[in-house]
Amino acid sequence: MQGLDFSVIAPELILLAVGMLMLLLELVIKRKEYIAVLTLIGVLAAFFAFNIRGGDFAGLFVFDAYSYVFKVIFLINLSLTILLSINYMKVKGSSFGEYYSLLVFSTVGMMLMVSATNLLIIYLGLELMALSTYILAGSIRHDKCSTEAALKYFLMGAFSTAIILYGMSLLYGTTGTMDIGKIGAYIHYNGLAGNPLLLISMVLFIVSFGFKVAAVPFHMWAPDVYEGAPTSVTAFMSVGPKAAGFAVFVKVMLTAFPSMVDNWSAIVTGLAILTMLVGNLVALAQSSIKRMLAYSSIAHAGYVLLGLVPASDEGVLGIMTYLFIYMFMNIGAFSVLILLTTQDYKGDTLKDLEGLAKTHPFIAVIMLVFMFSLTGIPPTGGFIGKFSIFMSLIHAQHQWLAMIAILFSAISAFYYLRVVMYMYMRQPEVARPDTGISDSFALRLAMSISLVMTLMLGIMPQRLIDSMRHLFRFI
Amino acid sequence: MTANYPILSLLIFIPILGGGLMALISRRQETLIKWIALVVSSFTLLLSVPLFKNFDKGSAQLQFVERSVWIESWNVQYYVGIDGISVLMVLLSALTAILCVLISWNTIKDKVKEFFIAIVLVEGSMIGVFCSMDIFLFYIFWEAMLIPMYLIVGIWGGNNRIYAAIKFFIYTLVGSVLMLIAIIILYVHGNTFDLTSLLTLHLPYKLQLLLFWLFFAAFAVKVPMFPLHTWLPDAHTEAPTAGSVILAAILIKMGAYGFLRFSLPLFPQAAIALTPTMLTLSVIAIVYGGLICMVQSDFKRLIAYSSVSHMGFVTLGIFSLNINGIEGGLLQMINHGIVTGALFLCIGIVYDRTHTRQIADYGGLASVMPIFSALFIVFTLASIGLPGTNGFIGEFLILLGGFARSPIAAIIASSGIIIGAIYMLWLYQRVFFTAINEKIRGLKDVTPLEIVILLPLLVLVLWIGVYPETFISMLNTSVTALIDRVHGNALNESLTWRQ
Repeated sequence: MQGLDFSVIAPELILLAVGMLMLLLELVIKRKEYIAVLTLIGVLAAFFAFNIRGGDFAGLFVFDAYSYVFKVIFLINLSLTILLSINYMKVKGSSFGEYYSLLVFSTVGMMLMVSATNLLIIYLGLELMALSTYILAGSIRHDKCSTEAALKYFLMGAFSTAIILYGMSLLYGTTGTMDIGKIGAYIHYNGLAGNPLLLISMVLFIVSFGFKVAAVPFHMWAPDVYEGAPTSVTAFMSVGPKAAGFAVFVKVMLTAFPSMVDNWSAIVTGLAILTMLVGNLVALAQSSIKRMLAYSSIAHAGYVLLGLVPASDEGVLGIMTYLFIYMFMNIGAFSVLILLTTQDYKGDTLKDLEGLAKTHPFIAVIMLVFMFSLTGIPPTGGFIGKFSIFMSLIHAQHQWLAMIAILFSAISAFYYLRVVMYMYMRQPEVARPDTGISDSFALRLAMSISLVMTLMLGIMPQRLIDSMRHLFRFI
Repeated sequence: MTANYPILSLLIFIPILGGGLMALISRRQETLIKWIALVVSSFTLLLSVPLFKNFDKGSAQLQFVERSVWIESWNVQYYVGIDGISVLMVLLSALTAILCVLISWNTIKDKVKEFFIAIVLVEGSMIGVFCSMDIFLFYIFWEAMLIPMYLIVGIWGGNNRIYAAIKFFIYTLVGSVLMLIAIIILYVHGNTFDLTSLLTLHLPYKLQLLLFWLFFAAFAVKVPMFPLHTWLPDAHTEAPTAGSVILAAILIKMGAYGFLRFSLPLFPQAAIALTPTMLTLSVIAIVYGGLICMVQSDFKRLIAYSSVSHMGFVTLGIFSLNINGIEGGLLQMINHGIVTGALFLCIGIVYDRTHTRQIADYGGLASVMPIFSALFIVFTLASIGLPGTNGFIGEFLILLGGFARSPIAAIIASSGIIIGAIYMLWLYQRVFFTAINEKIRGLKDVTPLEIVILLPLLVLVLWIGVYPETFISMLNTSVTALIDRVHGNALNESLTWRQ
């Protein structure tokens, strides 16, 4: 073993330090905004600490193009969530300092997961991420729904963790190593692709990650948790842990089980179709926007799963492009909801949006962009994301699958456009109580970043797509 | 001959950037916003004058070409250019947009800012659709215009607007996404989105058929061809006047344009093989659309259904796959844009005064609004296809071409002209003659602004009717090249097949 290269794990170390420091500072700093700002500075430092030459740490942890892209996603997700939360937690009367530390810890967990090459580190990262998120989901302590969400999330999460542990132990028992690369090689050279124990282990992995990314039929927890959790945490959860789940899912499938691709690709295809079907159809019937967005995020998980089906580089690139764009539009949509929430006004049913274009034309336009982007209509980013997934599918001769997916995305227009319809084409029967909006500079900043990126990635996607290709060629 | 400035990009982006500028202005400055919309659209119209003058009629090559790399790793380019097939559509789009701004000047009172932004955004993307030579770029514009169009119908439309808007959106979206699949399949085969390079591909017949049907889904919804036409009457009827005009004059032409630009040259064998099906659908649309018109009690809906019938003529011409048919089809696209656009403008003019679209609420309008009824009869006659108006030239050429391909189709189709005469003249009689209906007594005749709006269309009706050569000569070379390509290709390949 060569000397340990600490520059590879510098960002994670910085974030950990920031997280713990904030726990301490929370005792002395009374105004929680300062904690948020300090955390943001820490995140920024972590950004600059990326060692873009790549490398590994003790053979357990690698920093390559793949993990780099995902870590960028996690850090942007973290920063946007912090910006969203400052005012929201105050409005909800639950402003406490650990909140930001937990966000940071959860993100460190995700970063560990995507870089891990060892099952044990994957597990550690997974638990760090999940445990922090459980607490975050229940962070409005006086709200029954929030507590319920946390409990549900915890129970379901614990289940899926147990399942993945079982899968890991089977894998270790059969191959005698924890390193996913070596596992893949072992299976390949010993011709173990048909081994029933390995098949079971593979299925257990798929089930467990299915829970994490809320793929149907393992999605039952998602709508309730997303609806009950504080909206800022929902925004965080629907992007970060989900992207991390996908990152590890893709990595494990492609490195540990490449010789069993026929088996898992068929299962993933089925999961993806089911996920799109249920996500899109059930979203049609929702009257709460938060719940609608929860189902929509299930549906989007279906599209992302499709990127795994061809098991190709292009598919992986598609997944990353999709998740990167999805982050902005999804957080953007949630940020609009947060903006509409005030102390005595929940503002999360469709009816609450009636006539919004008249009272708050600017917010309505922003929401409109996010809705069209989630539908996948050019010139918004959502289109580019879907396009890259579909392209990888058709390259791999999965025309029919692409066709099914694309028809589902046409169905999704119904419920996204309903939001637009309520905002622009309806007037409330009783005038909306003018409760104002909970405006703040941080929220505006988060929203403008999301808006600008959603549009930019649609009109000028060349930067993102070309640079991802280059990254993969050079690191 | 090309201009020394990027004329097509200016045509596309002046409206779009104008829309951006308007977005920055406070919504209280309604007059300023309207003026910007007017300046933007007149500037675009002025720019199309050098386009018209510098267009080289003798060349089938793309003109005013601009290309640069856009997304390198996907091989997507910003590639625009026009030829005889698109030039007139670009001109018509520019003209339509300014008329739409003018007709909405006083009639749109709610959310003025959003409305005019939507209009100029539609204008930019319409022109973009007709200029794009890269299929990816084409698709972006094609889909992008759905957003403002959906809003125009849904926000400023009639009572049933929400239903009409979502129906329009979903129909078009489903068609378009199927086309997207076909675009990606083409990309996988040719590794490019560049139309000129894609034309050099030799696709196997089975694949051509599949791709033809996928493209058909998008184009047939837009045209709209017979079984897929049901969104049209709703959308056209419920849309505000400007929306109906854009829909009728430009948007539904995009489908026919798509057949000419993509389906025929890319999949010639499939196009030839499917000619009987396409001709049948066209003839059904002509007759069925015409018959439905006869039983409409709603003024605007009648004109909307007449579009189904007229567009049936256009597709009949296109799928005749000979010079007369395709030239007639192209010319009829322009004619229909002018005439139906004008009819919708006329309806808008009276609707603003009476707020009813029921034919039964009118009667004797000729003595109340004499100038208006004089203008209206010209457009009615053009719609029927009376010699001396533009409608005659187009339909005549189409029937000529159609007869050469399939006499039966042409014979049945020509009955559509008679049906057209029946419903249009009967409409005119019920609205303008008969006893004066009390509800409309005392209406003001057309204002100078309204005359200004209708006048250019009137001039075009007569110009094309009397001297179509100006326009046909612009189409001729490109259409000949297209037909050579369709038949030449098919011929070559059937020969190699036999070997």
